Amino acid sequence: MGVDRREFLKIAGLSTLLGLGGKATIEVLSGTEVEASLSKEPQGGKRLAMVVDMRKCYEKENCRDCMEACHRVHNVPHIDNPRHEIKWIWTEPYERTFPSQGHEYTEERFAGKPFVVLCNHCDNPPCVRVCPTKATFRNPDGAVVMDFHRCIGCRFCMAGCPYGSRSFNWKDPRKFIQETNPEFPTRMRGVVEKCNFCVERLDKGLQPACVEACKDGALLFGDVRDPESEVRRVLRESYTIRRKPELGTMPQVYYVV
Amino acid sequence: MYDSGKIIAGLMVFLVLITSPAWYNVVSGKADYRPDPKLPAEQKECVKSAEYMKAFHMDLLNQWRDAVVRSDKRVYGDIGGRTYDMSLTSTCLSCHANKAEFCDQCHNYLGVKPYCWDCHVEPKEKM
Repeated sequence: MGVDRREFLKIAGLSTLLGLGGKATIEVLSGTEVEASLSKEPQGGKRLAMVVDMRKCYEKENCRDCMEACHRVHNVPHIDNPRHEIKWIWTEPYERTFPSQGHEYTEERFAGKPFVVLCNHCDNPPCVRVCPTKATFRNPDGAVVMDFHRCIGCRFCMAGCPYGSRSFNWKDPRKFIQETNPEFPTRMRGVVEKCNFCVERLDKGLQPACVEACKDGALLFGDVRDPESEVRRVLRESYTIRRKPELGTMPQVYYVV
Repeated sequence: MYDSGKIIAGLMVFLVLITSPAWYNVVSGKADYRPDPKLPAEQKECVKSAEYMKAFHMDLLNQWRDAVVRSDKRVYGDIGGRTYDMSLTSTCLSCHANKAEFCDQCHNYLGVKPYCWDCHVEPKEKM
C-alpha cells in the first residue's frame, strides 16, 4: 500500500511550510526591508557620475563618436546579430530608455528617438548583489566594475540588470574586433562584460573615452559629491531624469532632455 | 613454469614499447633538450631577481592582477626604489616582446597552458 490520503496531506503541508521558509519569503512576510532594497553608502568621498545632455546630442543625428571611441579603446567586438552583440554604450529608443515616461501622446521630438545609454553604475547595483563569484563589484568611487578573470559566465547579472547594460560573449570576440588596442585585454567566450567607466583611463588622469570623444559636450563626467564639479553644476541648473528610478537601483547616469 | 619463453618474450616486448619514447629521444638527440628562453637584449634588470622571477613570476602576476583589478592600484615599487606600472602588456611585454621565444619556451616544455593570452593581447612578432 502506498501513501494514503491523510499521509499525503501531511507531507504536502510540511513541504509548503518548508517552501515558505525560504529567506526571501521570511523577509517579505516579516515586513522588514528586503535585501534587494538595502543599499550600502559608498565608502570614500568620491562618487563618479555622468550627465547625458540630450539637447546637445539631438543636434547631431546619427553621430556615433562616443560609441566608436569606447568600443575601440576597450576592444569591444562588433557583431551584427542582435542576439550576440556586445554593448558598452549604445542607443535605445526613448520608450525603452524611459519606459515609465512615454505615453500615447509623447512629444514628437522624443517619440522613437535614440537615447545614448550605458551602464548606470548604480548606487544599489543588482548585478553586484547577484554575482555568485564577486566578479562584479563596486569601486570605492562608485564605479561598478568587473574582474573578468573571476567571471564564470552564469549571466545572473544580466538577469539582474534592469537596463540591459551587460552582454555575454556567446562567440570568441577576437574574430569580431577590427583593430585591437593592445593596452586593453579582449575578452574570451563565456564571459560577461560591461562599461567600466574607463577606470583604466581615470587612473591616468584622462576622461572616459566617450566623454573625450563627444565634441558637442553632451556627455559630462565627474564627482557628483563635489559641489563645484561640472556634473553638479548641470544638475543644479537643469531638470534631470534617470532611467527607471522606481526600481531603487539609484542609477548615476543623469539625463537632461 | 609453463610457457616461460612466451611470457618473458612478451614482457621484453612490453618493456621496449613502454620505454620507446625515452629511447626515441636518446637516438634522435633530444634527450638533453632544455628550454632556452631568450632574454631581452636592451634590459638587464627585471622587476625582481631572475631567481625569484623563475620560481614565482606567476604569483607576482596574480598579485599584480588583484592589485590592479580589485584595489585599483597600478604602481608597483620594488626594494630598489624603482617603480613599475603593474601591467602584463605594458610592462612585462615591453621587454619580453616575443612570446614564442620567451614565455612559450618553458611553458611548452612543461606542458603548462596559462590562460593569459585568451584575453591579453600578445605583442605582434617583429618580422
